[in-house]
Amino acid sequence: MADTNTLQYTAKDFKSDQEVRWCPGCGDHGILASLQKTLAELGVAKEKYVFVSGIGCSSRLPYYMNTYGFHGIHGRAAAIATGIKIANPDLMVWEMTGDGDALAIGGNHFIHAIRRNIDIKILLFNNEIYGLTKGQYSPTSSKGLVTKTSPYGTIEEPFTIGQLVIGAHGRFFARTVDYNLQLSAEVYKATALFHGTAVVEAIQNCVIFADGVHDNITNKETRDDRTIVLHHGQPMVFGKEHDKGLILDGLKLKVVKIGEDGVMEKDLLVHNAEETDPGIHYMLAGMKYPEYPVAMGVIRAVKSQTYDGAMVEQHVRVKSTSKIKCMDDLLNSGSTWKMK
Amino acid sequence: MSKRLKVIEKDAVVIKFSGDSGDGMQLTGTLFSNTSALFGNDISTFPDYPAEIRAPQGTVGGVSGFQVHIGRRHINTPGDFADVLVAMNPAAIRANVSCLTKDSTIIYDSDNFTEKSIQRAGYIADPFAEDKLDTLNLIPAPITSLVKEALKDMEIDPKTVLRTKNMFALGMVYWLFDSKLNYTEEFIEDKFGKKPLIAEANSKVLRAGYYYAETIEALTPSYHVSPAPIEEGTYRNINGNQATAWGLLAAAEKAGLKLFIGSYPITPATGILEELALRKDLGAKSLQAEDEIAGICTAIGASYTGCLAVTSTSGPGLALKSEAINLAVMTELPLVIVDVQRAGPSTGLPTKTEQADLWQALYGRNGESPVVVIAAGTPSDCFKYAFEAGKIALEHMTPVILLTDSYLANGSEPWKIPAMKDLPAIRVPWAVKTDKDYLPYERDPKTLARRWAVPGTPGMEHRIGGLEKTIKGSVSYTPENHEVMVRMRDEKVERVVADVPDLEITGNKSGELLLIGWGSTYGHLVSAVTELHEEGYKVSAVNFNYIRPLPANAAKVFAGFKKLVVCELNTGQFANLLRMKYQKFTYHQYNKIQGLPFTVKEIKEYCIKLLEGK
Repeated sequence: MADTNTLQYTAKDFKSDQEVRWCPGCGDHGILASLQKTLAELGVAKEKYVFVSGIGCSSRLPYYMNTYGFHGIHGRAAAIATGIKIANPDLMVWEMTGDGDALAIGGNHFIHAIRRNIDIKILLFNNEIYGLTKGQYSPTSSKGLVTKTSPYGTIEEPFTIGQLVIGAHGRFFARTVDYNLQLSAEVYKATALFHGTAVVEAIQNCVIFADGVHDNITNKETRDDRTIVLHHGQPMVFGKEHDKGLILDGLKLKVVKIGEDGVMEKDLLVHNAEETDPGIHYMLAGMKYPEYPVAMGVIRAVKSQTYDGAMVEQHVRVKSTSKIKCMDDLLNSGSTWKMK
Repeated sequence: MSKRLKVIEKDAVVIKFSGDSGDGMQLTGTLFSNTSALFGNDISTFPDYPAEIRAPQGTVGGVSGFQVHIGRRHINTPGDFADVLVAMNPAAIRANVSCLTKDSTIIYDSDNFTEKSIQRAGYIADPFAEDKLDTLNLIPAPITSLVKEALKDMEIDPKTVLRTKNMFALGMVYWLFDSKLNYTEEFIEDKFGKKPLIAEANSKVLRAGYYYAETIEALTPSYHVSPAPIEEGTYRNINGNQATAWGLLAAAEKAGLKLFIGSYPITPATGILEELALRKDLGAKSLQAEDEIAGICTAIGASYTGCLAVTSTSGPGLALKSEAINLAVMTELPLVIVDVQRAGPSTGLPTKTEQADLWQALYGRNGESPVVVIAAGTPSDCFKYAFEAGKIALEHMTPVILLTDSYLANGSEPWKIPAMKDLPAIRVPWAVKTDKDYLPYERDPKTLARRWAVPGTPGMEHRIGGLEKTIKGSVSYTPENHEVMVRMRDEKVERVVADVPDLEITGNKSGELLLIGWGSTYGHLVSAVTELHEEGYKVSAVNFNYIRPLPANAAKVFAGFKKLVVCELNTGQFANLLRMKYQKFTYHQYNKIQGLPFTVKEIKEYCIKLLEGK
């Protein structure tokens, strides 16, 4: 992915001629716009992008991107994306998926892509509901949620996406909000530049079937006090007045107020997204309001060898020592005999 | 090497090595068949092993066998009956009763015929009497004690000593067939090069078996099978899975593409993934997927990105892949799906053979889902049809299902090594840059194949997927467009018939009876027809390798015969396909669903009965 300086794109270059068919007000519009803007700024040649998806509202996104795109089948986008990346490691492969697509029907491919650390960027639209099938609960719906398939409330514990990612040996996890364009631009850019399986949870609002489920953390009035945007190397400060922070209290994180009980900014935890030990990242990813602020931004970004990179290396190594250079060599290798 | 009292020249001989699944019978059989092939015999082999790695010792369920048919004439099958059975225990007798005749010779490890092991095999006291085998040529050999004796001066543990028993039996069989030991000795040296003591022990025991057979004179007469009149060339032994893997590699090389395989281990198909995982030197990219669905979906991703993409599986895996096969149908991407059939349904008889996935391959998906279906006829044939599957997939931009089966996958035969320059060219329908926009579903007027543009190509960015599309690649719910596209995809697959060779008839073009088979029935049908013909019956045979589309001359061939018999290892799936396609004929059926291949004998008997109206 070279030519970074010579390519000049605008967001418009990434808009396809397809009519966008999401509901008016759907969070997906925000995600699409942020992505198109980010891509235009990366300087990567347009033909190197591939957008892959499964099934669901989120999975329609590739049709609206004027890049290579593949709309797959339910749950299988991670597997399709894996094949694309292995076939041509020079491509930048993005997977568009949702909480049902990636975590229910596609759970197996999701965790195994992460485990392998194949260099794909997984953008998981989390609206805690099945939208395209018109309102059933998903693996991230909060326990007790009343939906068409849980008329008396769900009796299932939801997944916390970041914790699942880290549990599957994930090296990259970030979180953003659909219409927070500034945060999204920052997060999508970091995702694009990371090498390895990079999972971004985009908190997304389904205006029809789960309108407002994220309101307590996305509402502009209160969000600064209920979320914390993490930046690598920066102290963990949050709040409208920048007056709150996180410390480690024993084995748990704790919210503190700067200036109270002798707590100074220097006492706060400093975010290290590159720490290989997943302990703090796991706790940060799991923080829930009201006990904690919900963590936003890049929570974990640990460099390590990618699957596709390792495969290329293995090929080079085997090729350099093998006597078999072409099919004729293989066909005539080993035990053969001549008949006259 | 030694003086022989009496040597009988034979046209063909079948030897079966049989013992516990830990007795090394597969290796013994392989070494014997390679030795015979090197000598110039034609051969066909069939391993028959239990699903368990180490099934309960001494039980009939745990018997592992390897059958070898060698001849000085062309050998088409592993043989119906064993001329010689090597039985390492009583269970090996019981498991093989049905493949013995009154003329069979049984060499058995008499040390292993204890009261306990006899009862374990389900006998009361005397296996030979109880199964009425006592008139056969029985050669008891105290193999266990002889092996212990042969190695008593060597410092190796008792377990390793017992593990060489198979070499003793092999040595005896080599003497019986007047074979040379050098190939096996070289193999032993090669395999145990780093453990000289073990190599020495195996060699010693091999020779001990050979000399023991010579000394006891019980194995008189010995046999000699002269070399077969085999076409000039360089040969190797190859089994069906290896041939399949290599055929796919050959297609990729010929097309100038990288091969990609995404697969999940499943018996009996795993050998294909294993073989291709080795071939990083040829640039083959392999992924052991997390499940069957990921196997095919990674392959679809790789296909979209310009690889010759493959997924290999068996029946249960094909079922799991069906939704994804349709994604490849809809996106019109080249994809080879290899189904090494095994006996089903469900887990069924996982190590046994059957041809019962035909309908699954043809019809086992939602919606109108045309794919090309082809089937290999012999182990080495798998190379040809795997190559062909790749060629059709690429040239016609379609998924192709290649059907082989457990019998072909594990069976082996000598194969004349082809030169890559002699294989047909593969013309990939790449999209070519023009002034006009690239339209993903624009088609070649002759084949109807769409043009292939892969990610990374500037100016051809496009979107495809499982939703119905227009020629432009836009999603379309228009009723008329759907019908046009459904018919188009069907017609595209039907037009593959232009590449399908006419059926070849074994025997005369007309006669009383035509045996019809498909895939792995080839060898048994040809043998049956050859023998029936020699016996004066007007019988011919055709064996289909192309199931969809069917060869253009099928109906014409059928018309030359008074009776048609469809032989297949299922309840009649191909027969019913023919009934649907060529309705004017009446089809008799000869079916077998026992997890085993046909025998030539049973096919012949059926034909004779039918011809004589009994």
